[in-house]
Amino acid sequence: MATFTLPKNSVIKKEGRVHKAPAGAKRVKAFKIYRYDPDSGENPRYDRFELDLDDCGPMVLDALIKLKAEADPSLTFRRSCREGICGSCSMNIDGTNTLACTKAIEDVKGEVKITPLPHMDVIKDLVPDFTHFYAQYASIKPWLQTVTPPPSGKERLQSPEDRAKLDGLYECILCACCSTSCPSYWWNSDKFLGPAILLQAYRWLADSRDEMTGERLDSLEDPFRLYRCHTIMNCANTCPKGLNPAKAIAETKKMVAERIV
Amino acid sequence: MATKPVQRPLSPHLGIYKWGPAMLVSILHRATGDGMALVGTFLVVAWLACAAAGPDAYAAFMGWFTQADGGLNPLGYLVGIGLTWSLFQHMASGVRHLFLDVGAGYELRVNRQGAVATIAFSAVATIAFWAFVLVGK
Repeated sequence: MATFTLPKNSVIKKEGRVHKAPAGAKRVKAFKIYRYDPDSGENPRYDRFELDLDDCGPMVLDALIKLKAEADPSLTFRRSCREGICGSCSMNIDGTNTLACTKAIEDVKGEVKITPLPHMDVIKDLVPDFTHFYAQYASIKPWLQTVTPPPSGKERLQSPEDRAKLDGLYECILCACCSTSCPSYWWNSDKFLGPAILLQAYRWLADSRDEMTGERLDSLEDPFRLYRCHTIMNCANTCPKGLNPAKAIAETKKMVAERIV
Repeated sequence: MATKPVQRPLSPHLGIYKWGPAMLVSILHRATGDGMALVGTFLVVAWLACAAAGPDAYAAFMGWFTQADGGLNPLGYLVGIGLTWSLFQHMASGVRHLFLDVGAGYELRVNRQGAVATIAFSAVATIAFWAFVLVGK
């Protein structure tokens, strides 16, 4: 059920710690960052960090790494590749979900507000718990399923046209920006698979080599798993890779309809 | 290390997310649909019940929404304009959903324009309708 307010233990306290920019800084930028320390047992809070843009890399992730190194080593976030391919540093920056490593600080006017991916259990600071998300991913069996024996001594071949059908799908890095931007997923993530997992499900439906299309559609055809998508379009608007999960879900709904007609 | 069970906090969602036209039109579709179904249905039933109960009850019903001279009172305008706007907004976003259901209009720019167009249509249609009702006679 939709609960629009935060539970008691999740309400964010306004007053947090303030970390000033070094003296003599000319281009000061302020960051308002969600903090939660599981060891303290206190409610989350917003800390304010200031830094000198003349002494920092261009991306939000550069700022986070600098703040962790110089202002507060307990600031916790996931990051790895710093070039938008690993999907680790997904978070909500300035009201939309994106990757900190590909989001330019300059693109945010005023204070840069950073919170974890929305409507997720927070482990610490900007690190949400992905256990349920990954379990949902496993539930769609994200691998090639076949019944026919493989051609002897050869790969299962695919024409360039069939391969092109996977463009816009295979690029998904499972950062969960889309799923956690989706109000339907916020209210029904226990049963609705959400845009990221449904895009992945369509990636296997669209694969000419996969031979379990009917079974895959059977498992998706459910009032919640697939049909909680109401084309709100937050997923496509927020995807840092420029993909369109809403379109993939629409194509899946069409496949379900077409096999009945 | 001590292991006490921790109830993890829920990260902020609706309160921090930046709205766009598509998100707004989606919730307006629900709000206007529910508004018409609840307020509209209640009013139709009340109107019919009062009409069946006799002239006095009917006059009392009309008295909720009209002034002595027969024109609408503020509540009459609020409910009247609210219901007509709801109808036009719900109709426009319903048509938008027809396109989305056949797999069209998912490109970000087109989708955004479609969402804005439903809001523009409902505003213009509501103004035109009430201009016709009030001035066009």
